[in-house]
Amino acid sequence: MTAIDILQIVGLGLIATFLVIVVKEQKPVFAFTITVFTGALIFLYLIGEIQHIIQMLESLASKANVEIVYVETVLKIIGIAYIAEFGAQIVRDAGQGAIASKIELAGKLLILAMAIPILTLIIETVLKLLPS
Amino acid sequence: MEMNHDVNTIFQIAGIGIIVAMLHTILKQMGKEEYAHWVTLIGFIVVLYMVITIIDDLFQKIRGVFLFQG
Repeated sequence: MTAIDILQIVGLGLIATFLVIVVKEQKPVFAFTITVFTGALIFLYLIGEIQHIIQMLESLASKANVEIVYVETVLKIIGIAYIAEFGAQIVRDAGQGAIASKIELAGKLLILAMAIPILTLIIETVLKLLPS
Repeated sequence: MEMNHDVNTIFQIAGIGIIVAMLHTILKQMGKEEYAHWVTLIGFIVVLYMVITIIDDLFQKIRGVFLFQG
């Protein structure tokens, strides 16, 4: 990863935007497809970098003797947030704000459901600390 | 860089879109509206295939990176 890559990503975004403007006048469907494709391309490009960050987090967690289940849960939560955001933005761009809101709602609910084991553990610990 | 191939696909999609729009106009002026709609639909399916390929790739990678195996 070098700093020059941001130039490539910005250039890609600008070219895609021009193409979308040109195509949108004739066929809006194809313009939307270009938007989706460019979004997926940039995400695909970024996921390599995210992989490095996550490997660093995992090695830190194993050094600090954190249980792997918790790290895994946090990673899954980040993944859900990432992909729900991607989907919701594309759908909102296509003019379907209602569906986009539902995708975001689903993402939030799934994250809450994944966090339940950790929340239970915290509550149990707090209850243990309290004098009975 | 591996990205180059995928960037070409953006131009391909835009090209298909413009060509399909041209064909649509020509066929419409010839008075063959039903063919014009079919051309649009087939062009869209081809483009959709390209997009679905890259979306599938993205989802597989996300599944790998964020430990979604289970």
